[in-house]
Amino acid sequence: MTGAVIAAERPSLREETKRFVRFILSELRPKGPVLTPFNLITGVIMLTGAVLLVIRFAFGLGSITNLSQDYPWGLWIGFDVVTGVAFAGGAYVLTFMVYILHIEKYHPIIRVTVLNGFLAYVFYAGALLLDLGRPWNVVNPIIGNSFGVSSVLFLVAWHFMLYMIAEFLEFSPAIAEWLGWRRVRKVLAGLTLGAVIFGITLSILHQSGLGALYLMARDKIHPLWYSEFIPLLFLVSSIFAGLSMVIFEGSITHTVFRHRAGAALRMGHAGIMTGLARICATVMFVYLALQLLVFVHQQRGAYLTTGWGAWYLLELVGFVAIPAVLFAMASQQGRQGLIKVAAVLTLVGIVLNRLNVSVIAFKWYAPVRYVPTWMEIVVTLAVISAELWVFRWVVQRMPVLDFALGHGGPQRVAEVGTVSARSVA
Amino acid sequence: MKRREVVKVLCAAGATAAIASRPAQAEDGTALVGARDTVGVLVDTTRCLGCRMCEFACAEANGLPTPDINEEIGPDRTTGPERFTAVQRHETEAGPVTVKRQCMHCLQPACAAACLTKAMLKNPEGPVVWRSNKCMGCRYCMLSCPFDAPKFEYDSAVPRIQKCQLCWSRVSEGEQPACVANCPAAALTFGRREDLLDEARARIYGAPDAYVHHIYGEHEAGGTSWLYLSAVPFDQIGLRTDLGMTGFPTYTKEFLYAVPLVLTLVPPFLLGLSRATRRHGDEGREG
Repeated sequence: MTGAVIAAERPSLREETKRFVRFILSELRPKGPVLTPFNLITGVIMLTGAVLLVIRFAFGLGSITNLSQDYPWGLWIGFDVVTGVAFAGGAYVLTFMVYILHIEKYHPIIRVTVLNGFLAYVFYAGALLLDLGRPWNVVNPIIGNSFGVSSVLFLVAWHFMLYMIAEFLEFSPAIAEWLGWRRVRKVLAGLTLGAVIFGITLSILHQSGLGALYLMARDKIHPLWYSEFIPLLFLVSSIFAGLSMVIFEGSITHTVFRHRAGAALRMGHAGIMTGLARICATVMFVYLALQLLVFVHQQRGAYLTTGWGAWYLLELVGFVAIPAVLFAMASQQGRQGLIKVAAVLTLVGIVLNRLNVSVIAFKWYAPVRYVPTWMEIVVTLAVISAELWVFRWVVQRMPVLDFALGHGGPQRVAEVGTVSARSVA
Repeated sequence: MKRREVVKVLCAAGATAAIASRPAQAEDGTALVGARDTVGVLVDTTRCLGCRMCEFACAEANGLPTPDINEEIGPDRTTGPERFTAVQRHETEAGPVTVKRQCMHCLQPACAAACLTKAMLKNPEGPVVWRSNKCMGCRYCMLSCPFDAPKFEYDSAVPRIQKCQLCWSRVSEGEQPACVANCPAAALTFGRREDLLDEARARIYGAPDAYVHHIYGEHEAGGTSWLYLSAVPFDQIGLRTDLGMTGFPTYTKEFLYAVPLVLTLVPPFLLGLSRATRRHGDEGREG
C-alpha cells in the first residue's frame, strides 16, 4: 500500500478525533458486573484510604502513622516501596530471558509481567510520594537545581523514574495495538530492545540500591541482617522474589482472565510455571550460599542462640530453604499446586527479609518499637487495590494475555472488545 | 588484533578501573577532610553542672518553646523538633554525670551524603545546616545519622527537619553559639576545631587522673565538630563508642562507584548477548 492511497482513504481529522473519543469513552465503561464482592471490598478500602490521605496531608504524617524520631521509615517505605519493588523484579528477569536470551517459551507471559512491573512501580514507588513530608519539593532532584549525587536515594529516585519510562516503552506496543495505531506500533516495537537493555541495567542498580540505602544505618540494624553485602543480597533475592510473584500472579490471572488468554498462553502455562520454578530454586540456592558466606564472614554464630537468631533462622530456613526445595521437587515432578505453595512461601520470606532490614530489626535496641497503625495498613491496601483495578482495566481491554488480539487493526480490536464484554457478562 | 594490543587494552581498562575505585576525598558540600579552620565546641562533662542554661538559651535563640524547668532529666532524654539541645543525667561509676547533647556537626556528615537534594549541607566553616527550599521530607538523613540528630515535625502539614545549626546566624556575626555564651560553668568552649583539640589535650595532660585519655569526636565517625571530654568511659554517658573511625559517607562510596561501571559495561554486554542468541526471522518480533 502506498502513502497516496492511504491519504486518499483517510477520514478527516475531525472524524478521526470523534471516532477516537468515542472509542476511549466506550472503553472507559466497566466490563462485567459492577457490584461484585471484590469491587465492594476494594472500593471501601480505597475510599477509606482517600479520607485518611486527606487527613495525612492536612495535619502531617503523625496524624495517621506511628512514625517517630526513632523510626523515620515505616510500613509505607519498608513494605510498599522496598518489598513492592522486589516483587516487581519479575519484569526485568523475564525481559532478559525473552528479549536478550530469546527463550520463546516465556514470550506469552512477557506482556502481563511487564504490565505488572510497570503498575507496581507506578503505584508502589509512587507511594513514596505519600510518605514525603514536603512533596512539593519532589522536583528538586530532577530539574537540576540541587543534585545530591552522593546520595544512594538520588540514584534510586532517578532509576525508578527512568525505569518506569523504560517499562512503559516495553509495554507501549500493546497500547498502540489497542488503539489500532499500526504505524506508531511499528516505531514503538523498534524501541523495545533498547528499552529492555536500559531497563535491565537500571534494575540491577536500583534493586541493589534499595539495599544500599541501609548501608549508612550500619549501627542501627541488627548484625544478623546488616552486612556490606545487603546490595548484592537484595539484587539476588529480587530475582526469585520477582519470579515467585510472576508465578503467584500468573496462577490468579490464569483463572480470573482465562477468557482473555490466548492459545499460546493456555497451552504453555504449565510449562512456563515449571520452568520458572526451576529458575527460582537455582537462584534461591545461590542466595542461601551467599547468606552462608556472610554469616561466616561476619561471625554471626553467637547471635543464633538469641530470640533474634530464631527469627533469622525462620526467615532463611522456613521461607527460603524450604520453598527452594519445594520449587526443585515440584519442577522435577511438574506439580503445579506445589509450585504455587512454594511461590507463596517465597513471597512471605521476601516480605520478612525486607521488613526485617527496614523495620523489624531496625533499631532493635529501641525501648519503644514501631508498629504500624491500622490507618497505615489501610492506605497500603488502598494502593494495592488501586493497582489491581488499573491492572484489570488494562487486561480486559488491551492485548496483554493474547497477542493475536492485537494484530488485526481497529475493527479487530473493537470485535475483541465486544467478545470479551460478552464473555464477562 | 595482535596479542600485544589485547594486553595493552586490558591494562588500560584495569588502570581506568583502578582510578575509578580510588577513594576520593571530600568535596561538594557533603564532607570535609583535613580542613583546619572549621569551628566547633568542646564539651567538658567534668565541668557540667546540669543547670540546663544551655537549653533555655538555645530555645530563646531559635524561637523554640521554653523548656519545662521541673522536668526530670534522665539518661534517655533526647533532642526533638522543639528542643535542639538536651541535657541528660547518667548514673556512672563516678556518680551522676550530666551531658549536653545536640547535633555533632560531623566533618563527613552521613545526613549530607544521604540527602538527595543537598538540603543538608556541610558548611565549609563547620556547621551542618538544613535548607527548607531544598528538602522534600524523605527523612533519609534521619535514617543515616549515627547520632540520630535530625528530627522531623510529624505533626505539621509543612514539616521541617529540625536540629542544632550551631547558631550559624550568630556565629557569622562574630558571636558565640547561644549555649556556649550562656554556660555559667565554662563547660562549653567555642573555637576552631584544631585549637579545641589542643585545649582538650592540654586539659587531659594537666589533670591525667581527672579525664579518660580520649577526646570523643576527634575520630569518631570520621571526626565531629563537637568534642567531648569525660571522667568516665564514654559509653557510660550515653555516647556510642561502636561507631568506628570511618566517615559514614565512605560506606556507600563503593556502591556508588560501581554505578558508572554497571551503566557502561552492562548495556553492551546485553546487546551482544541479544545479538548472539538471535535466530533468523526474529526481527520485528518485539512487543
